[in-house]
Amino acid sequence: MAKLPIPVEQLVQRFGPHRNDVPAGGWKATGTPDQLVKTHCCFCGQQCGIQLKVKDNKVIGFEPWEEFPFNRGKLCPKGVKRYMQNEHPDRLLHPLERVEGQGFREVSWESALDRTAKEMRRIQEAYGRDAFGILSGSSLTNERAYVVGKFARVAVRTANIDYNGRLCMVSAAAASKKILGIDRSANAWSDIRAAQAILIAGSNIGECAPITTDYIWDARERGAKIILLDPRMTPVARSVDLFIPVRPGGDIGIFNGMLHVMIERGWINHEFIAAHTTGWDALAESLKKYTPEYAAKIAGVPPAMIVKAAEIWGPAKTSFLLHARGLEHHSKGVENCMAAINLVVATGRIGREGCGYAMITGQGNGQGGREHGQKCDQLPGARDIENPEHREHIAGVWGVPEETIPHKGLSYVDLLEAVYERRIRGLLLLCSNPLVSAPDNNYIREALERLEFFAVIDFFMSETARYADLVLPSSLMEEDDGTTTSAEGRVIRHRQAVDPPHSALQDWKIICDLAARLGVQDKFNYESPREIFEELRVASRGGVADYYGITWEKIDENMGVFWPCPSLEHPGTPRLYEGGKFGHADGRAHFQPVEWRPQSEEPDDEYPIILTTGRVVAHYLSGTQTRRIGALVAQCPQPYCEIHPRLAEKLGIVEADFVKVESRRGSLNVRASVVKTIRPDTVFVPYHWPLDRAANNCTVRALDPVSRIPEYKVCAVRLKKIERLDDATHALTPEAGGLR
Amino acid sequence: MSENAMVIDPSRCIGCQACFQACSECDTHRGRSMIHLETILRQDSVQTAPQVCMHCEDPICARVCPADAIKKTPDGVVQSSLKPRCIGCSNCVIACPFGVPKYFGEIDQMMKCDLCYDRTSAGKKPMCATVCPSQAITYAPLHEIERSRRGTPINEFHFGREVVRTKVFIVAPEGFAEMRVGLVPGPGIPKSDDVAALLEETR
Repeated sequence: MAKLPIPVEQLVQRFGPHRNDVPAGGWKATGTPDQLVKTHCCFCGQQCGIQLKVKDNKVIGFEPWEEFPFNRGKLCPKGVKRYMQNEHPDRLLHPLERVEGQGFREVSWESALDRTAKEMRRIQEAYGRDAFGILSGSSLTNERAYVVGKFARVAVRTANIDYNGRLCMVSAAAASKKILGIDRSANAWSDIRAAQAILIAGSNIGECAPITTDYIWDARERGAKIILLDPRMTPVARSVDLFIPVRPGGDIGIFNGMLHVMIERGWINHEFIAAHTTGWDALAESLKKYTPEYAAKIAGVPPAMIVKAAEIWGPAKTSFLLHARGLEHHSKGVENCMAAINLVVATGRIGREGCGYAMITGQGNGQGGREHGQKCDQLPGARDIENPEHREHIAGVWGVPEETIPHKGLSYVDLLEAVYERRIRGLLLLCSNPLVSAPDNNYIREALERLEFFAVIDFFMSETARYADLVLPSSLMEEDDGTTTSAEGRVIRHRQAVDPPHSALQDWKIICDLAARLGVQDKFNYESPREIFEELRVASRGGVADYYGITWEKIDENMGVFWPCPSLEHPGTPRLYEGGKFGHADGRAHFQPVEWRPQSEEPDDEYPIILTTGRVVAHYLSGTQTRRIGALVAQCPQPYCEIHPRLAEKLGIVEADFVKVESRRGSLNVRASVVKTIRPDTVFVPYHWPLDRAANNCTVRALDPVSRIPEYKVCAVRLKKIERLDDATHALTPEAGGLR
Repeated sequence: MSENAMVIDPSRCIGCQACFQACSECDTHRGRSMIHLETILRQDSVQTAPQVCMHCEDPICARVCPADAIKKTPDGVVQSSLKPRCIGCSNCVIACPFGVPKYFGEIDQMMKCDLCYDRTSAGKKPMCATVCPSQAITYAPLHEIERSRRGTPINEFHFGREVVRTKVFIVAPEGFAEMRVGLVPGPGIPKSDDVAALLEETR
């Protein structure tokens, strides 16, 4: 059915988002908690250590965990207030079934799971196995992600499973694999501190990876020069040595221009290139035309900035590259990242202290969540689903014939397009909220409305879950045991602090119960997440992401273990590529020439302005969690549109005016924030909000040909001042999508 | 108290408000944040700066208090008002040159940053300095800060003719011995945050 059963306002009234302003047990002093549970933040890929205060099976507060080496007690506001979710009034406590005209009614687990299994079978029998799709997320533990992937291949036997890392950082993964051979940050973060030159490309570190800031500033205090690329002056950009306000989509101009200058000035490590790489000559040839003047036109900045960047990066003794969504969210996202990584390999500054490269993976388990089989083209251990040996190994671990494992399926947005085209008729969604986070949101909503059956596993009624036939209540990170893998490649332990409330269940239990109903109970007989991890170790053995040597005890003793860790005696691998040994079969890095090409949608007379989207420090991804935490809502209640005063003046817009941002696909209404800290040809809207406030109403559904990531960072819009709004959506609270 | 010093470095601040949010989690004043996170002219710049109590040698808040409710500990920490004495007049709120004390109507009392006396007296760092992701707020030995930071930690402030010395330090650009209120011209200081201007200047 997959249509709203009752109007949004009524759904919001019952399921929120509501703000939780008061912790469990009230604001009065916490007294002595029953226990302090050492675990990690549930939000971004940095996975900061934190201690949760637990009393009477409730999380009542937090205490910094200063011993954990990555963050040493440091936290961002999301980490500080994350504990407000466990006792949240919006928590889903029972399975819910859609009732037309009435909303949702509580049903038993028995009936909810029976119906889900029955619908899966019905759709698959009527339209084929692949007509049922699964979309998962990277805020799940490794154990949950592993079970979801196995469930798709063994229980549902659909090829069409993918995960929301596809919307996040997958371009970085593809680029890293192409040049370096392994999809993981090359270094632990500690190497940042020892770098003399740091290049930060497309990352609003201060807001989206706040703890990384201290690493950058420590390097700076030691004399490091820092270059930062962003169309907006972000908090970190204020204090760097060279801020390059690059035009959205123009990054390749900067990187190719820098390398052109470095070749001219002799800042290339030819010895390293000869010994450890392939493809240099073709790359050098392709760079000939990227003079600073030519490159500057692409990048939309003065040529002097490119020369200065080369002068900082070229001759440095040690250096570190960091990049994030700003490079990755493009229809040429992989090419953007490859052009940046070329700069690292050309200097030979990788695989030793203070030298390397990191992708700042965004989601809580952005790294691990993509390694163990929820990706449409991978099997556990970052194995290739089309590689016969890889399939054979996994088939052995799962105890199924190799030929029963489906082949490569559709990626996240492609899968939703298949739903739109009615090639996929049923969908199971967990840990993802595409009606806020997917591009071209009006299209995505229409796609979901065409589903014959739609089930959602979540702990809150997300904007997408409202469209479901069945909503199955799941658990928070602090309500389950398991591991995640941080942006550093460090495998760490999340410890269960409290039980899930009422009838809510851990995600892996829901999946296993469903598998039993699909007739494969024997393959999903897990008693605990630890048993799942033991199987994951074996499944990943010999793969690129080899966890075989990692045990939960070893993680506890060492404050995490970096993969690959092929044997129990192995200490783990904080730094990849030491001694110039890269991940490809020939042991070399493979340079990739990159030619700049335009965005999928360039500004024109009708839509003359570039819209770029991103995040704010107070919110996480689609806001399903953070728009329910009072303190974070207070910190950033609603989205806004950043406009340079020159553009604002042209359009007759002043601070706090209501504005309509309009693209060919949709529009949103927010207030203007007139600031000098953005390029005059570009406007910015943060994307964490739904409905008429959703930045993704405007974004374009153009995908990178390799990574299939959407182009969130560039689309063409027009802007106009509008009168004060007066509609039902506007009247909602800001956390629900209203506007004040 | 240890030899640690509280040091604020605005050049590091990213405006994330982790300090503000964590302060409200402190046991002695849960639900109320004592720290201020100032946004400075957002239209012109992304500059932000945290403001904790500077713990003046001769605290103006205490001097102007008609009820003698604000006390300093022997180790130089200026505390929140004493509940039995505070009359809620807000003289301190108005007089503090750093704008630190907060008056809470619902309890009719002034409260302010006391450098997390409960934590620091037990050998821990203040909450804000513990969580601060950018370490714009740091609690560390002063010689360590002097050795490792580019700027100079200073604790002398001139507000007109009023000279205030404080227990808490602020990292100023190198070459400054004290801070005088007003625009501070100097090397590298006012750097334009106007992106349009930056694109033109370098051309």
